[in-house]
Amino acid sequence: MLLEARKVTKRFGGVVALHDLDLQVQPQTIHSVIGPNGAGKTTFFNCVTGFLVPDEGEILLDGQPITGLRPDQIASLGIARTYQTIRLFRFLTVLDNVLIGLHQHVKYGFLDAVLRSRRYHQSERAAEHEARELLRYIGLAGQEHLVATNLSYGDQRRLEIARALALRPRLLLLDEPTAGMNPYETNQMITLIRRLRDERGMTILLIEHDMKVVMNISDLVTVLDFGEKIAEGKPADVQANPLVIEAYLGRGAASGLDTRAAPLPSEESVSDAAS
Amino acid sequence: MRRALTFGLIGAAIGWHLSLVGMLEAFAGRWLIGQSLSLSSVLLLALLFSVGYLTGRHAADGRDLATTAVPGLLLGCALWALAFLVSGVGLRHIFVAASPALPGIVTFGQGPDVGGLLLLLAIGAAVGLVGGAANWIPAAPRRVVLIALAVTVLVGLLRDVLSPLLPSVLTGLLYSPRGGLSVSGTFIVFGLTVAVPFVRAMTAAQLGGWARVRPAGTWRQRQRALRVLTVLLVMSFPLWGGIFLSNVADFVGLYILMGLGLNLVLGFAGLLDLGYVAFFAIGAYSMAILTSPELGALALGFWPGLLLAVAITVLSGILIGLPVLRMRGDYLAIATLGFGEIVRLLVLSDWLKPHLGGAQGVTRIARPEIGPLVIDRPQEYFYLILVSCGLGWFLSVRLRDSRIGRAWMAIREDEDVAQAMGINRVTAKLLAFATGASLGGLSGALFASLVNSVIPQSFSILVSINVVALLVLGGIGSLPGILVGALALVGLPELLREFQEYRLLVYGVVLVVMMIWRPAGLWPEETRVRELEEAAEEARAMAPAEMVATGQDGA
Repeated sequence: MLLEARKVTKRFGGVVALHDLDLQVQPQTIHSVIGPNGAGKTTFFNCVTGFLVPDEGEILLDGQPITGLRPDQIASLGIARTYQTIRLFRFLTVLDNVLIGLHQHVKYGFLDAVLRSRRYHQSERAAEHEARELLRYIGLAGQEHLVATNLSYGDQRRLEIARALALRPRLLLLDEPTAGMNPYETNQMITLIRRLRDERGMTILLIEHDMKVVMNISDLVTVLDFGEKIAEGKPADVQANPLVIEAYLGRGAASGLDTRAAPLPSEESVSDAAS
Repeated sequence: MRRALTFGLIGAAIGWHLSLVGMLEAFAGRWLIGQSLSLSSVLLLALLFSVGYLTGRHAADGRDLATTAVPGLLLGCALWALAFLVSGVGLRHIFVAASPALPGIVTFGQGPDVGGLLLLLAIGAAVGLVGGAANWIPAAPRRVVLIALAVTVLVGLLRDVLSPLLPSVLTGLLYSPRGGLSVSGTFIVFGLTVAVPFVRAMTAAQLGGWARVRPAGTWRQRQRALRVLTVLLVMSFPLWGGIFLSNVADFVGLYILMGLGLNLVLGFAGLLDLGYVAFFAIGAYSMAILTSPELGALALGFWPGLLLAVAITVLSGILIGLPVLRMRGDYLAIATLGFGEIVRLLVLSDWLKPHLGGAQGVTRIARPEIGPLVIDRPQEYFYLILVSCGLGWFLSVRLRDSRIGRAWMAIREDEDVAQAMGINRVTAKLLAFATGASLGGLSGALFASLVNSVIPQSFSILVSINVVALLVLGGIGSLPGILVGALALVGLPELLREFQEYRLLVYGVVLVVMMIWRPAGLWPEETRVRELEEAAEEARAMAPAEMVATGQDGA
């Protein structure tokens, strides 16, 4: 078990965003968390990364409790994330963005920086090498000195992942990595996420709305609704689960459907249900 | 036409304002060319020119051009009306500055009679038209002419400063014995400043291809020569600058040092500290307490005093930083503003008078000694301050290009994400506060030693505002911008002391104008330019985004 959430509860005033949530992420898997808007997916991410502290329950990374640690401490333990809306350092260069991700791994002190000691030169050279390597891996080679905000939308998403990878994480949290992408970019992203697992042995926890993506790449899917886990299992099993369909389409829809043949709600039908 | 009326009325309001706050009258004593053109007249002419220029900005044809005379006429009428009111009705019991001399000043010496009205209308229409017509001149030559005019005015203004420095032949040629430039001097200065860029542009055009093949090498050579020349000029400054200019340069240097310090906090880490004077004061008072025999306690020498003062300021930077770590933006600004005031009130208080000297302050602060040499003249302090500024600059560059600088910039851009990247915001911010404070403290300690005394009045909130303003003027985050900002905001007002009274008014106007026309500062930092370009791009919405590749790593 790489990540384990035990009975995690988070309330905002009267709203219970997460209720007694248990979740276990196995190493080297792609684990998706899905659920309708407001189901508590992003709240869960924020609890894992330390931006929110759960009111009850605890979160363990590799068996070690991380609840209550500062975000930067959790980051240095090996959890990196991306954001639902891209949050790059928009006015810094692509290379600087990744170098900032390497912050914990560039180790030299104040005096090294001021005096440009050997340590400074070695660390900086190593860091730049690693950053360029990451950018090449992610497909942004040759764009190191571009300003992040000038990248195309898909490339900005990639850069955000490269920046997260720079933390050398054990667990990568991706919050809707394909949001706003066209089918071509989405396919590229799917390939990339798979490569991260297969080539780099990365464990990936993923929030996603695009069911095609979820069904395509997930090893395991967890479905949240109103802060509670309503289903978990292999993509195909979850797809057939009446509770899931009900959560997405409403009670009437679920009872009227032949669940075996029912196609999983696509994005359009989800938004239809919402409206 | 509506534009014309609007700008005419705005111009009239400005004209009345400048007259009634007494600025025009103060400026009337400053002769720019012999005794025929005073600074106040130049100011009025510039106002007339500006309203004409602004009116004609989007003008398309000759009819539009004619309307650019309207605001000038309007402003002329307004000025005459003011002259009439002041001389006829007398406004002195309301506006102290509405003196009997004022009507003469605003009417270019004619007085509030028919002749004065006609003169004002004629000048107003003519200068307004010239301003309007300036829109038709291509931007490059217009710029050259405007800069030349500004340089001429500046050379005229700095007569008292410059004339002792120049050889007497040149002084005699340029300046009139009765004040300001001589007529020939005006033409020489204006002609030269116009001619140089024009000649350069023309030779470049004539040389054509040849110039394009050759430049890289010569350009670099010229650049190097220019750099050597600048260094020589700066190094030898106290030798030819004399005591007055050295004193001014010392103050500019102290502000540059503070600017460098605040730039670490505000420019790099994005923390708006409005109480930066606290560090300046703590440095100065530490120096005073540690070295002055008056308080009796320690009476250390200059060098141990300096080191300890800087160390104390670093500690105070951490102490001030701790409680405000969680604050951002406006809240941080207000909290630090409070700290600045607290420090000033503490040193002023009777309660601490036995330790800090109270309102009388502390005198007899140690002077630096290097072997047998005692540094006690401004000319000698210049070198000490120069070395300190070099140190501050070095520190800034080295930190900027390191993981520490990157962490600061990450916090500036997005604090939450910076934390998610493993950056400990507590240490990063405290480090910014502490290093920023050290430079402020160094500046304060040198200041205390230079003026040989500290009094609470030297540490008002105005110091903080000056430092922030010089950063904004130069371009936040930009190191060369600090030099430009300090020279413009500290150096110029020191040279033009009689305008001190209107210093804040001018500051305000300059900052507002800057925010409109050069929001990134006079010498902006790359990142900041990008941010503002982005904002402009978003505003234009439909315009296609450009791909801007930057050659060097930014910021």
